[in-house]
Amino acid sequence: MEKTVNQKAWFLVLPVLLLVAFSAVIPLMTVVNYSVQDTFGNNQFFWAGLEWFEEMLASERMWDALGRQLLFSLIILAIEVPLGIFVALNMPKSGFWSSLCLVLMSLPLLIPWNVVGTIWQIFGRVDIGLLGYTLDALGINYNYTQDTLAAWITIVVMDVWHWTSLVALLAFAGLKSIPDAYYQAAKIDQASRWKVFRYIELPKMAGVLMIAVLLRFMDSFMIYTEPFVVTGGGPGNATTMLSIDLVKMALGQFDLGPAAAFSLMYFLVILLVSWVFYTVMTTLEKRET
Amino acid sequence: MAKITLDNLAHSYFPAPKSEDDFALKELNHVWDDGAAYALLGSSGCGKSTLLNIISGLLHPSQGRILFGDKDVTDAPTAERNIAQVFQFPVVYDTMTVRDNLAFPLRNRGRDETYVAERVQEIARMIGMEEMLNKKARGLTADAKQKISLGRGMVRKDVNALLFDEPLTVIDPHMKWELRTQLKKLHHDFGHTMIYVTHDQTEALTFADKVVVMYDGRVVQIGTPEELFERPEHTFVGYFIGSPGMNVIPAQIDGNKALISGAHVDLAQAYQPLDGKVEIGVRPEFVRLSQTEGLPVKVRRVEDVGRHKIIRAEFFGHDINIIAGEDDHISADMNRVAFDANHVNVYANDWRVQGAVA
Repeated sequence: MEKTVNQKAWFLVLPVLLLVAFSAVIPLMTVVNYSVQDTFGNNQFFWAGLEWFEEMLASERMWDALGRQLLFSLIILAIEVPLGIFVALNMPKSGFWSSLCLVLMSLPLLIPWNVVGTIWQIFGRVDIGLLGYTLDALGINYNYTQDTLAAWITIVVMDVWHWTSLVALLAFAGLKSIPDAYYQAAKIDQASRWKVFRYIELPKMAGVLMIAVLLRFMDSFMIYTEPFVVTGGGPGNATTMLSIDLVKMALGQFDLGPAAAFSLMYFLVILLVSWVFYTVMTTLEKRET
Repeated sequence: MAKITLDNLAHSYFPAPKSEDDFALKELNHVWDDGAAYALLGSSGCGKSTLLNIISGLLHPSQGRILFGDKDVTDAPTAERNIAQVFQFPVVYDTMTVRDNLAFPLRNRGRDETYVAERVQEIARMIGMEEMLNKKARGLTADAKQKISLGRGMVRKDVNALLFDEPLTVIDPHMKWELRTQLKKLHHDFGHTMIYVTHDQTEALTFADKVVVMYDGRVVQIGTPEELFERPEHTFVGYFIGSPGMNVIPAQIDGNKALISGAHVDLAQAYQPLDGKVEIGVRPEFVRLSQTEGLPVKVRRVEDVGRHKIIRAEFFGHDINIIAGEDDHISADMNRVAFDANHVNVYANDWRVQGAVA
């Protein structure tokens, strides 16, 4: 059969090309543009080469923020994943109570980030917040605006409250997909509760758990709104995560060059981690079949 | 090992069953003899899996008792009953090797490793998976997985009963035959009580000493394959077993004659007047096509299935099947049928009626 050659077909991809250009390529290139130049306003640019990247890589400030960021992500993963699995295991499997649980657990997921931040900001206040006031009345020294540990505990608990449901819902979906016969066979084989979890439930949940870990990692690694609303990155820089620091640098200090270099590296770190996750997941799947 | 007694057993999936229709399993009394091989045969949804799950303890019956030997196990959990069960779809522990899968039930019961290793090897030979013992169970084909499930069911020697819930559904036909032979051999060698649920009559009739036929939550007949063939107690048994099934034709009974639209058929026995829905049942094997004898029939088509011929015909407005030998000549002028009087059964409201010798 004769192949039809019609270069006009390129027009068909034009809308997508335009969309992607405006939504991703052009903004990204703007950032790249800033990262290799210096400007003093008036649309005057001076070539800076890799100077900003070098400066950022040498800056203690960025490494500190990255350290805090990683610590935060690891803590919330270490809490949310086991807790989510635990909640899913203890949820009613079907019927009215199951639906009720699902609805209640979805609620935190539906609340906008800044509202979550505001809720916890007020909740934790020593003067009017239920939590802060109670702790204070009990004689516990809790003040997230002054105490680093209290600030960390507050934002970690807030994130756990906000996002454990997501892990639990995914784990629950994984559990629901296990046919009854598996549990029946385990009973007949006299498997202990731990063995049922280890050899039936965990393997069947592995796929969704990987997705849960990936989602939670990426989301927590990019967290901005909630800690910004609660602590504003303080006390001092104690809860200044990468994105908070980035905004301070770009909009607070108007250091557009370093901020652009910073955000490009930030972007590359997330890309790298996601790629590692993806590779691990696909090789695991390949090993399965 | 023990005999299993079902005493007044019934089960409903409704919390408060109102009528008999609410029961998935209607009241049942039965003793499963120790060491016998049974098949539970019936169409889907007839309650056979319900019965099996009650025996294994996965379901608690709404009423009645189950005894293993003399011990009442109605309230005993599955683990205490010491039974093995193989399910319709393969259940394997994906992350374990084939070896660990087979060893799992033994290890959970704390048997020592030398015994476990020996037993696993033996079972692996039986199911033909010796070479695969070190492979992970995930990634095996469905029939390999089902063989593991079967193996895990058979690995314990001391079980009270081995229950099979349509275990060969996912297995290739040639493998099916082989595994069924293995199961029979296993039964022969170890004498476990075996209960095998299936909706495949060939499977049931070749596997079991006794076949329990269920219909609509009720056991309609328990008997040897021969009894089920010769004297189906219920019209369902008649047409569920046999290929094609028994011909069931509405009739009136007058002593030792059956009247079908005025024409009469001789019966071997005499019957009292019967109420309700009265039918006669005769297997296609006992119907003969003839030029001279019997009643008029309209032949529609003849199917040659190899070993014999099946004639589909119309008999006073009812479908009737006739089996003729492979070499029997069938001509266009054969338009009458004769019944073998000794094999004509009489049914009132679907249940067989016993007549008196005329």
